[in-house]
Amino acid sequence: MTEQEKLQRGKRRTKIILITVTVLFIVLMLVVPLISVITSSLKEGFKFYLQSITTEYVISALGVTLIATVIAVVVNTFFGICAAWLLTKFSFKGKQVLATLIDIPFSISPVIVGLAYLMTFGRLGWTYPAIRWINDMLGTNIRITFAVPGVVLATIFVTFPFVSRELIPVLNAQGKDEEEAAALMGAKGFTIFRKITLPQMKWGLIYGIILCTARALGEFGAVNALSKTRGGTFTLPLEIDALYMSGTEESITAAFAVSSILVIIAVIILFLRNLLEYRVKKKGEVR
Amino acid sequence: MAAAENDKKDKLNNAKKTRVIPGYHLTLGIVIAMLSLIVLIPLASVLVSSLKLSPSEFWHLLLKKNVLNAFKTSIGCSFIAAIVNTVFGLIIAWTLVKYDFPGKKILDGFIELPFCLPTAVAGITLSRLYSEDGFLGKPLKALGIDVAYTKIGLTIALVFVGIPFVIRAVQPILEKMDNQYEEAAYMLGATPRRTFFKVILPELRPALLTGFGLAFARGIGEYGSVIYISGNSAKEQTQVISYVIMQKLSYIDYASATAIALVMLVISFVLLFAINIVQLRQSRRTNLL
Repeated sequence: MTEQEKLQRGKRRTKIILITVTVLFIVLMLVVPLISVITSSLKEGFKFYLQSITTEYVISALGVTLIATVIAVVVNTFFGICAAWLLTKFSFKGKQVLATLIDIPFSISPVIVGLAYLMTFGRLGWTYPAIRWINDMLGTNIRITFAVPGVVLATIFVTFPFVSRELIPVLNAQGKDEEEAAALMGAKGFTIFRKITLPQMKWGLIYGIILCTARALGEFGAVNALSKTRGGTFTLPLEIDALYMSGTEESITAAFAVSSILVIIAVIILFLRNLLEYRVKKKGEVR
Repeated sequence: MAAAENDKKDKLNNAKKTRVIPGYHLTLGIVIAMLSLIVLIPLASVLVSSLKLSPSEFWHLLLKKNVLNAFKTSIGCSFIAAIVNTVFGLIIAWTLVKYDFPGKKILDGFIELPFCLPTAVAGITLSRLYSEDGFLGKPLKALGIDVAYTKIGLTIALVFVGIPFVIRAVQPILEKMDNQYEEAAYMLGATPRRTFFKVILPELRPALLTGFGLAFARGIGEYGSVIYISGNSAKEQTQVISYVIMQKLSYIDYASATAIALVMLVISFVLLFAINIVQLRQSRRTNLL
């Protein structure tokens, strides 16, 4: 009996220690930084806050960020659906290799992405003669690096696998029997997709799009290598960097003010993400 | 001979038959085209331009002292951060799955903050927080620990970035894990500690390895969240490798940048490959059970 009691007491002690460690870690590492962005951004008062998030630079940066994010999300959603369809509905040689290749952007330093685009489309890149030829022919002035297209491309790269990665496990778990039955009964590919696959992967798709948006809005390293004009091709994270690096107390507060926009978006995304997970779990329990 | 040919044809037919679902060629084409245009060709350009360097040039650029130090710093700090994350990630995942306490849901919701928060925002925030007069930096300074602009700060930023990888890898496995092994071990007279190390931990090993690998890989290439808090000083060896590449890029020293990038690409491919093998084994094992 005493043995039993000792064990129970030991278990309770472990529980209390583990909960304390968890709470402390999450609060110190995650909650405190989040709160400190907001307090730092309001250090000079609310008027200053509003002023610093409505400067010309910030509004231009917001525009570029939104363009890049929307294009990246659309492109990657299209890619993600195609890749998920290919990798879950068919078996073929080299499937595992293809899946690994799609995941590459996850483990590559964003700075290398910037470098890769510079080496491809930049002045020293191998497509530069072709770009110049097109510009000469059409009298246009297309530029990719140090211009908005480069920013968009880099954003697409870093968020490339985000949607497919969410869809593949969902579709794998569902299997392909229903689609096969529909195909055997003569349904067209797009009809099968719309009526069977899309409803199955709805929540995974939304979740993937949310994550993709979050990452696209915040991309910094890759874009930093490809964008040098403040007020022209700068995105919000680059504008934050420029403000922070100018070093005066005021510009640092302004940097936090601009950051708070992205933080608010991040919190909304976190909230949506948790809501989604809760819904999916609830649905799972009903089944 | 004819039989063999027939066999071959049969196999081909079978392969075609298994593809009742339409869209194989279409999606294969789209996926390969987009993957090549956006990911593979630009990365191949790095490879090609680094191959233009002669081996002696390549090694000369790579073996410069500040480059080597940056590699050491990046790999060392990411490794330590990944270990810290594996330990705390396991504890946090365990607590969130096994225990109930007030505020648990909210804390759980915060786990993925590092995924959603832009790295530059995380970087400047951590840098301020741990600076000499920051909220956390001040008490630490009083204890004699300098965090901002040192390797400690760098490691803290990497812990911040990497923690969700481990927690999100371990959590689902813990949720699925049957209590019966634990109970059986206990019935057979194993102490809780022994049960944990002999029964539970081996079950979690693939997930822990995956989380460790992802956090480590992310840490080596990390840029935005570390450059503000680390001093970026060559002398104090607080430059990370991504920072060095960026520096070379702004000096238009593309040769050095590509040489370093090539080594980093190799490192990330090896890590990605290892993670995939661990995951493949894990899914095979769970399928067998």
